[in-house]
Amino acid sequence: MSTLAAYVDGVGFLGPGVGDWPAAAGILTGAASWESGPTVLPLPQCLPSTERRRTGPLVRLTLAVGLEATTRAGADPATLPAIFTSSGGDGENCHEICQALAAPGRQLSPTRFHNSVHNAAAGYWGIATGATPASNALCAHDGSFGAGLLEALCELAVERARVLLIAYDASYPEPLHSVRPIPGSLGVALVLAPERTAQSVAKLEAAGTDAPADHMADAALEALRVSIPAARSLPLLAQLAQRTSGRVVIDYLDGVRLAVQVNPCH
Amino acid sequence: MTPLALTSFTATSAIGRGLDATYASLRALRSALAPCAFETVDLGTCIGEVAGVDAVALPPGLEEFECRNNRLAWLGLTQDDFAAAVEACAARHGRARIGVFLGTSTSGILETELAYRRRDPASGALPAGFRYRGAHNTFSLAAFVQRALRLSGPAVVISSACSSSAKAFASAQRAIEAGVMDAAVVGGVDSLCLTTLYGFHSLQLVSARPCRPFDASRDGISIGEAAAFALLERRPASLEGDAVLLVGAGESSDAYHMSAPPPDGRGARAAMLRALAAADLVSEDIEYINFHGTGTPSNDEAEGRAVASVLGSEVPGSSTKGATGHTLGAAGALEAVICALALRYGLMPGGVNTTEVDRALPVSYLRENCRRPLSAVMSNSFGFGGSNCSLIFARADRSR
Repeated sequence: MSTLAAYVDGVGFLGPGVGDWPAAAGILTGAASWESGPTVLPLPQCLPSTERRRTGPLVRLTLAVGLEATTRAGADPATLPAIFTSSGGDGENCHEICQALAAPGRQLSPTRFHNSVHNAAAGYWGIATGATPASNALCAHDGSFGAGLLEALCELAVERARVLLIAYDASYPEPLHSVRPIPGSLGVALVLAPERTAQSVAKLEAAGTDAPADHMADAALEALRVSIPAARSLPLLAQLAQRTSGRVVIDYLDGVRLAVQVNPCH
Repeated sequence: MTPLALTSFTATSAIGRGLDATYASLRALRSALAPCAFETVDLGTCIGEVAGVDAVALPPGLEEFECRNNRLAWLGLTQDDFAAAVEACAARHGRARIGVFLGTSTSGILETELAYRRRDPASGALPAGFRYRGAHNTFSLAAFVQRALRLSGPAVVISSACSSSAKAFASAQRAIEAGVMDAAVVGGVDSLCLTTLYGFHSLQLVSARPCRPFDASRDGISIGEAAAFALLERRPASLEGDAVLLVGAGESSDAYHMSAPPPDGRGARAAMLRALAAADLVSEDIEYINFHGTGTPSNDEAEGRAVASVLGSEVPGSSTKGATGHTLGAAGALEAVICALALRYGLMPGGVNTTEVDRALPVSYLRENCRRPLSAVMSNSFGFGGSNCSLIFARADRSR
């Protein structure tokens, strides 16, 4: 695989007990300790009230991290192509549909149905921000973050324009939780640029590798990394937070992972 | 963009297994839509069901992927010597240099729907043996196809509702152009399930009759299922004249509504304009358009306006969903293969079921087959969430 390069212009983060990217960076550098807690999801003020009522937690999660990253990057979200990637999308909605279909009468709510598409978060992102460039909606099970990063880097290499990557996952309720035990919600967003800008914080150079993925040194953070697919981004985020040069390997598929050289811009 | 060759392609849908059967149905203007007798579904609707899917055996060792969607995928992969073409490609480039980029909207969700009927009465647990990763998860399709074809490059599922498998062509094209891989198995597989049958019904978007795209009295979709694949590679030094190239892809977002397009079709228009720009073609170069043409009043109206504003009202077009049904996440790939057949044989397929074309729609809708040498054609795919993708295919011997 050829080497693909990008500059990180903005990061957004929301996870269990972690409210934004500075809070995450503090934990990832060891300056603060992590205590897991609920993922606090802000109400999306940018959606019209009719749409806001229909949105589930995942739409709030993706809007929050996407807007944090674009704000930090000084980018107008309406102008950015966006790549959404998630292992399971909206598990609560999926459960409700399966439950309704197993019940007599099979009464399905139309809103539940149109929210069941894997690109629901991408659709609401467009409605909320007015973004009309291409958006994508990807899935690669536990490797969904790696798949999204690869797609973002390919778009960047070909189109030579900034892109927004949003990786996100949430819990399923029972009985699906028992067969796919994702413990909480986590979202991460990166604004990636083809050339260095005034907002660039680091340069990434990524290539394929069959080396094993990096683990987190902290046991609790390692448990988070392996339990929420979007948290497979943590080794990369930790390297960004440390503002030092280093090489990390992040998960994608068995035998195809991404080795990312990170060099800070300051 | 750099054109890529479709060095092999195949399609399996209700109108036939493989290219010969598909082409024969198109030539005969045959619709495969029939009253729904799928599973226990009690809706008054017509569907495009592929016969014999549940009798398909997955390759040994891949039992973890058992579900209707992967059975349909395997049925599709075993047509037209497609797997042999992938083997030859692997010999040229290496297994790690071939990606798997596939679209699906519902993957193996049918397994979960059925499992929810058999939950433990006391604990509510799903039945023993339920396989989340192999059947339910959206990625199951690409994981299965990658394993079945013994490939080891990048793999991903694009799941953007009814534009999924058209967008798979666009994503794979970028990854090849970026040097990540040399070739890709692209395509889409979607199979019948209760979520989509009852879901589209709840939105009142399903016709009680076989769907009639662009008809004055059209009243909704008919759901179908399909598996369609293409092997995308950089253009070889020598290529048969009738070989088919992907020459343009354009994507856009409506930013408008989750389940309805803006009435002026501006998102569709943007996708078509981007595809033309990527192909370095002008609207006059497009000789046939395979419409998304779902058969709902608002979808066809928005698309008709968008197409007229980009290509004018004279370019012949049709929707093949009257024959196959709307195969959702597989529609983009299925209709890409139909476009490839159109280019190979010089056949513009007539849109079946439609009896009286809506005169309010400013397009030249074909109700009968039309034979004419074709060199460049367009296929539209649009999905929920306002996700749009247009693809342009051309013959290798096309001269500008």
